[in-house]
Amino acid sequence: MTEYLLIIVGTVWVNNIVLSQFLGLCPFMGVSRKLETAMGMGLATTFVLTLSSISSFLVYEYLLQPFGLEYLRTISFILVIAAIVGFTELVVQKTSPLLHNVLGIYLPLITTNCAVLGVALLNTQQSNNFVESALYGFGSAIGFTLVLVLFAAMRERLAASDVPEVFQGSAIGMITAGLMALAFMGFTGLIKVS
Amino acid sequence: MSILSAALILVGLALFFGLVLGYASVRFKVEGDPLADQVDSILPQTQCGQCTFPGCRPYAEAIAKGEAPINQCPPGGETTMLALADLLDVEPLALNEELEPAAELPEVAIIIEKDCIGCTLCIQACPVDAIVGSAKHMHTVIESECTGCELCIPPCPVDCIIMRPLDTTIDNWKWKQPISTENTYPLIPMPLDSELNDKGLGS
Repeated sequence: MTEYLLIIVGTVWVNNIVLSQFLGLCPFMGVSRKLETAMGMGLATTFVLTLSSISSFLVYEYLLQPFGLEYLRTISFILVIAAIVGFTELVVQKTSPLLHNVLGIYLPLITTNCAVLGVALLNTQQSNNFVESALYGFGSAIGFTLVLVLFAAMRERLAASDVPEVFQGSAIGMITAGLMALAFMGFTGLIKVS
Repeated sequence: MSILSAALILVGLALFFGLVLGYASVRFKVEGDPLADQVDSILPQTQCGQCTFPGCRPYAEAIAKGEAPINQCPPGGETTMLALADLLDVEPLALNEELEPAAELPEVAIIIEKDCIGCTLCIQACPVDAIVGSAKHMHTVIESECTGCELCIPPCPVDCIIMRPLDTTIDNWKWKQPISTENTYPLIPMPLDSELNDKGLGS
């Protein structure tokens, strides 16, 4: 039980997918202008990342490893993630139009997100088992959502504040992101991650 | 041997997911509301929001569900309301008076200068000072200043002011207003009776 908790804490704070592994930086800069879109993106990512880490674990464990085809993992993970996201989008559209309105435009965006593929590959690298893979994906997504929402909140304030002209727009965003990454480095050493 | 199994497994994965996605796109197909589609095709698509709905499509959906009356569309006017009444097989309603009237095509006032007696009454009436001239001298309208408010027409004692649609120039050209089905849109010059009869709309 403790190790599961450690995985969650480790992925959310210590090895945060954005601020210490530097994956998924494009949505981090791209959809963080408004708090609402950041939340929508975070929700959708949580959904996709959990699902994709489970499914890519299954494909790796039961299809690739028995035939000694580990070198095919990148392309097969992309295939699996794209197919699952597409399938989920169709199902969500049919069963819950409300949820589709919230997640709709973000779901296809996430399909090609490096964070999603990155987490799947990290899972195989660390040879996590089924539950660990699911938790790793879920924790990473929570970490992603957390920093995305925090960053969006900061950028909303920055947009209204008196920023020197040369720093306006993306520049101050980059600086803020760097400072956040520095702050998150403070969590290293909170727990020992194997 | 291993290259063969690699190819087979990848092709198999791709085929499997392709089949699943193909099945899902048929099984989970979202049908639009056909009635709302029909209503939407009658509405003028000005997306003006005067019906209190955010655009024509939401209004069409509300009509299809029976949540909104059919007389809420000022741009569509009576023709749209009658077409809706016909489609939905309900009694025609008078247009809702509380809603703002449809915007007319932009017009400017023109003074027929040979009739003008130089009374300056229209100059006093003009809210934007678009009429120039002095007492016992001919007046004229500065076309670029005229807002087409028609306030100068009633005071004129010789009725020498007329309204004329604004000439289309390269500066004020716009895409044509969308035409709803069967030319029911009143802002466009109405088709001749013979054309209407061809489409079964004439009386």
